[in-house]
Amino acid sequence: MTAALAEPRREAAVSPVILSVEDLHVHFATSRGVVRAVEGLSYQVRRGEVLAVVGESGCGKSVSALAIMRLLARPAGRVAGGRIVFDGRDLLTLSEDAMRAVRGREIGMVFQEPMTSLNPVLPIGLQIEEPLRIHLGMNPDQARARAVELLQLVGITDPQRRLDQYPHHFSGGMRQRVMIAIGLACNPKLLIADEPTTALDVTIQAQILELMRDLARRLDVALIIITHNLGIVARYADRVNVMYAARVAEQGTADDIFLNPCHPYTMGLMRSVPRLDRPRGERLETIEGLPPNLLAPPAGCRFAPRCQFKYEACEKEPSLAECGAGHRSACHRAHEFATGRLAPAAIEPLAARAAMAADTAAPLLNVRHLKKFFAVARSGGMFARTIVEVRAVNDISFSIQKGETLGLVGESGCGKTTVGRLILRLETPTGGSIEFDGRDIAEARGDELRRNRRRIQAIFQDPYSSLNPRMTVGQIIAEPLTVYRLAPSARAAKDRVAELLSQVGLFPYMAERYPHEMSGGQRQRVGIARALAMEPSFIVCDEPVSALDVSIQGQIINLLEDLQRRLGLTYLFIAHDLAVVRYISTRVVVMYLGRIMEVADRDTLYGAPLHPYTKALLDAAPVPDPLAERARAPRMLKGEIPSPLSPPTGCVFHTRCPLADDDCRRVVPELREAGSGHQVACIKV
Amino acid sequence: MLAYLANRLLLMIPTLLGVAVLIFFMLRVVPGDIVEVKLRGDGGNPSQATVEAERKRLGLDKPIYAQFGDWMVGLAKLDFGKSMWTERPVTEEIGLRLELSLQVALMATVIAILISIPMGTLSALLQNTWIDYFIRIFTIAGLAMPSFWLGMLTIVSLLYFFNWLPPLTYTPIYKDPWNNLAQLFWPALAVGYRYSAIVARMMRSSIIEVLNEDYIRTARAKGVYERLVVVRHAMRNAMLPVITVIGLEFAFLIGGLVVTEQVFNLNGIGRLFVQAVGRNDFTLIQAMVMLTAVVFILSNLVVDLLYAVFDPRIRYR
Repeated sequence: MTAALAEPRREAAVSPVILSVEDLHVHFATSRGVVRAVEGLSYQVRRGEVLAVVGESGCGKSVSALAIMRLLARPAGRVAGGRIVFDGRDLLTLSEDAMRAVRGREIGMVFQEPMTSLNPVLPIGLQIEEPLRIHLGMNPDQARARAVELLQLVGITDPQRRLDQYPHHFSGGMRQRVMIAIGLACNPKLLIADEPTTALDVTIQAQILELMRDLARRLDVALIIITHNLGIVARYADRVNVMYAARVAEQGTADDIFLNPCHPYTMGLMRSVPRLDRPRGERLETIEGLPPNLLAPPAGCRFAPRCQFKYEACEKEPSLAECGAGHRSACHRAHEFATGRLAPAAIEPLAARAAMAADTAAPLLNVRHLKKFFAVARSGGMFARTIVEVRAVNDISFSIQKGETLGLVGESGCGKTTVGRLILRLETPTGGSIEFDGRDIAEARGDELRRNRRRIQAIFQDPYSSLNPRMTVGQIIAEPLTVYRLAPSARAAKDRVAELLSQVGLFPYMAERYPHEMSGGQRQRVGIARALAMEPSFIVCDEPVSALDVSIQGQIINLLEDLQRRLGLTYLFIAHDLAVVRYISTRVVVMYLGRIMEVADRDTLYGAPLHPYTKALLDAAPVPDPLAERARAPRMLKGEIPSPLSPPTGCVFHTRCPLADDDCRRVVPELREAGSGHQVACIKV
Repeated sequence: MLAYLANRLLLMIPTLLGVAVLIFFMLRVVPGDIVEVKLRGDGGNPSQATVEAERKRLGLDKPIYAQFGDWMVGLAKLDFGKSMWTERPVTEEIGLRLELSLQVALMATVIAILISIPMGTLSALLQNTWIDYFIRIFTIAGLAMPSFWLGMLTIVSLLYFFNWLPPLTYTPIYKDPWNNLAQLFWPALAVGYRYSAIVARMMRSSIIEVLNEDYIRTARAKGVYERLVVVRHAMRNAMLPVITVIGLEFAFLIGGLVVTEQVFNLNGIGRLFVQAVGRNDFTLIQAMVMLTAVVFILSNLVVDLLYAVFDPRIRYR
């Protein structure tokens, strides 16, 4: 089966090389010295081939793509050496104008942020037609006709009308389609996509990536996808470059990299992501430590300080050497890995998590018919204002037992964050009750609210903006201690801060630091320490790991689990990443447009989902295993998430549901029991 | 759009009412009135009866609320009353001078835009080159130098180098355009330079900021000519904060050019304002304050409408 499925991939290997990067070096001049952002990068891409470049932030993957386009931020960034041979010419030797003629004409590029990558003040049509008129010399009518064609190609309906609209009329996914249309406008030979779906929801991500891959195949375009998501790599890539600290750690076919990795960093990456396709292990394996500072990288192998297999030879720098046909690894022990003489310990499957089993008596938190409606003024003006009600959270009920972790998943706009904010009472509910430890806190105010604040704490998503940049870490953590008079003296507060810091795996001396002096993972640990300072029994974790790199994400998840076990905490874990939720949760709630679609314990939800939306979500999320990915045909959800301003009637999901019929347009499905502890809101299952 | 405009214009009424109440009572809280200035100003010592008679004639003897009521009724009929000093209708006093001040302000704005937009853009594009340094020094000089000083220099150099002086009396542009421009160009230039310095600095920082945006990178990645990247993609976005500054400055120019008008011997709004305040000419002061308020509100409205022209995300309904 594998051989048959691998067939189309071999075909790509004979088509001509379109891009060849040879020994590329990129330097950035900063006030603290020269950062060597890319060092000695070499790779080739063939027509019709999909190359994925994977790595964590700061590894040089985006910078190397910008170097190909010669769009490095000037004057700080410059190519310090190497060749970039594209279609027989070295791009680095071209004149500025000749290079401009290559951009957009022969190499297209799609960027990460669809919300900011299109010019907000120019109509979409102009932005698509621009390269056509510049590069192909089309007249306005021809360019217009081609633009219509391109919008159809990327699946935007009613193209004539939409060409006259501006970016703000389009959703994120639609804007990314427009970006792809621009990238493909002049039939380029190479398309570079820098994290094209990172800012998008899972179901939209699947649509965009399928579209890009299909178009690349059909138009015989070489595609470079830069990503940190190993699932995407497994599903779409023919060949893979794994980068670490400005260098290539390993390169080869997707099968080489996933099935027979020969570099400890690749192995570590793969083992530290929570996975949808494997039973969870006792603990997430993590790559301990942090990537090196590129201002002063260590001598020898750059991964050695974090590597569990290092030995004396690692003090010398490894070269990128073959360890199989077309499979190269920059590790002294690559051959030992290749031949199977050396391998990391097998992941222990989870024995029994029953020790922490939730006690089934009274729930710690019991949410009943919770509602939150926001009034939004639709059109301005003093006298002619229409108020529209956005039902962010619409009649939802669930409960959380003491000591359990309830996962809350859904796409953007589904109301999951609002639920968290309601429980924290950062918002006041429009209706319903929130019973915490036997008392309704939905209406609590004054002292009662303050008491609850102590017991219910929060960890937020963005460790970069949720810590006050003008306060030291010590002040941030000590603040709740003083506000709630939890420490009798300054001395005691200081001791408590030190204790909290060590509890979250930081060192007491770090209390003197400011947030900007710490890495993302360390900042998130500070956020956790701050929440723990109040000695809460319940913590709302709102996307606590989604801003972090894979290897750091694992460390934080493990920390949260350890703390739960040690301190008997209860979590509400809000996230959009299904695999992370699966890993950490005991039960899971799936939300869509303000309503609950399905509730079940983890294994039931992921093993035997009932609701078509849950199924679609699980289908859309790629898993880091090329064989599994090839074996399944993704059933994609069509369409966009409807605007919460005008949600569909009946079942809110019916516009995208494969099972929907007329009944679904009329009836709002009740959340009903479908097995013990398994509830589903669908009339068709 | 029309509804929005009507709405904004209607909203002017409460704002102007507030201004009217404030200025009316503030003037009367301060001791002294025009009669004192008129009769006792030059050391004269009129009898109490004469003072009272003059007060009565000007209506200043009525209770304050009655005076306010009279003024309000007048305003509602767009009758601003007569100047208490010259006894001529306020509209007449202001009319001709407003024409002059408005023209200087408009010309200064045009000059400022013509200088500042290219200079600010150039300065941003050639950041940290000698051209940028030169422009930055030029603009700092414009901010540091009072425009009346620049005006005096202009007059002195015109006299010294060309042995020529601009005409001293004002002729409306529709009567004698050449004479009119020969007189008003120089004050407009002096004011416009300072004005351009502010706008150019705003333009520079705005362009620098916009050039770092993602969509500029997208435009470059499409192979758009650098000139087009700047003109089409960057400048339109960069104009928004610049327009705000231009609008505020413009409103200030009407009535704010007291010293410059003095230097160039222009009979403008600024000078009239100072005169009116010196003479405690209540009706005239009130009318001019109302005028200034209207100018500020209208220029703000124009700025808001221009915003909508430049940024399609802003649509007024």
